[in-house]
Formats: sequence, C-alpha cells, structure tokens
Amino acid sequence: MLSNSSMRTPLGRVRGLGSAKSGTGHFWLQRITGVANVILTLAFLCVVISLIGKPYGAAIATLSNPIVAILMLLFVVSGAVHMRLGMQVIIEDYIHHEGIKILAVMANTFFAIAVGAACAFALLKISFGG
Amino acid sequence: MAESRPAARPLSPHLQIYRWSWTMAASIAHRATGVALYGGTLLIALWLIAAASGPAAYETAQWIAGSILGRLVLFGYTFVLLHHMVGGLRHFVWDLGYGFDPQTRMNLAKYNLVASGVLTVLVWLVVLTR
Repeated sequence: MLSNSSMRTPLGRVRGLGSAKSGTGHFWLQRITGVANVILTLAFLCVVISLIGKPYGAAIATLSNPIVAILMLLFVVSGAVHMRLGMQVIIEDYIHHEGIKILAVMANTFFAIAVGAACAFALLKISFGG
Repeated sequence: MAESRPAARPLSPHLQIYRWSWTMAASIAHRATGVALYGGTLLIALWLIAAASGPAAYETAQWIAGSILGRLVLFGYTFVLLHHMVGGLRHFVWDLGYGFDPQTRMNLAKYNLVASGVLTVLVWLVVLTR
C-alpha cells in the first residue's frame, strides 16, 4: 500500500525495488515462463499424443530423441518455475499469518524444485539409459 | 518520517455482494486451473519416473492412463491445461495494453472458455482416432 505521506513516486519505489525488495523480477519471470510455456505446452501435448499406443521400446526411443528430450526438459523446468511463482502469489494473497506464510512459501519452493528435479532426472535417465 | 495512516474511507463490500460477471469467473478460473496444474505436475512426474523405471512400470502407467477413469482425468487435465494457456494469452493482451474496455473484457473471458473447449475437443479427436 502506497502511503500518501511519502515523497517517493510509484516509479521511484519500483526502481528502489519496492517493499518486496525484488522489483518487478517476479512479475517479469512469470511472463517470460508464461510465453515459453505456451510453446512448450503445445510441444508436450504433441509428444504425449505421439506416444499413445506405442510399446515401451518405441516410447523410450521417442523420449530419448534429442529434440524431444530437450523440449520436454525445457517444459518441466519452465513449468516448475512458473507454477512456483503463481502459487507464491496465491499464498501471499490468502495466508495472512506471517509465520505460516513464510513456511508455505518455502514448502512451495521445495515442491516446485522436487517435482522439476524428479521430471528432469527421469528424462535424463530415459535419454542416457542405465 | 511521517506515519502512513490510511484515511478513514468506507471499506469495499465483501466479494459475495457482487453479481457474478464473466471477468470475475475467468479470473478465479485462471487461478483455480493454475492450482490444479500445480498438483497435476505430480502425474507428469510419476509418468516420466515410470518410463525411466522400465517396461513393467511404463506398461502399468499406460494401462492406468488408458482406463476409463484415467481417460476422464486426462480429458479434464487437457481442458484445464488449455484453459490456463488461453487465459494466459488473455493476460498477454492486457500486458500489451489492449482490451481494457468493458465489452472487450467480457468478450475475452467468453473467448477464453470457448477456445479452450474447442481446443480440448480437437486434441481428443486426434487422441481417439489414433
């Protein structure tokens, strides 16, 4: 909430990184990953549809194709970053108890990283075998 | 530094006072679909882990995905994913500075629902004819 008594303009506040101390970084990263997700989601849907009815061997062959694997990796990483930012805003909107809010934001980060890492590891294992 | 004390203005009435509008519904739908997709990433992670674990796990995952319940969940997932994606495009229109007048706002919310419904049906026509 901007106070009426402050001499600083809204623009000045943002340039000074504002009350959240991170400027517009959160907003902008949400937009960048959002744009990326439009493309990557369509690619993901195409990959999943192409796998329908394929036996294991053929599915692994598709998923370990470099182009497919790279697109899938970008999808899970961009998706994890985007969903972490989105959920953080929801937590900050609805949870007003400071301690619980910090714990929830932290748990949100853990979840996003865990899911992103699990997907990335699985994709790399599919590609590199073992 | 002067204390920032907000002037004693009347509070806005609670949300439930307002008549539901398309933009309100689209706004909360964007948030709800975002939360659903957040949980849905667990399904993607489980599926990729199954593929990385070997033929038996992958066949099980594909069997679950192909069951009646699995297909229902995936149909819902497709709609939620595409609704959030189209909703994101709606936000990009606003980010670029367009579409703020009342009629356009309402239309964008309606297009969001129609476009995501049509896209979901198109995706599943492809899925079911494979």
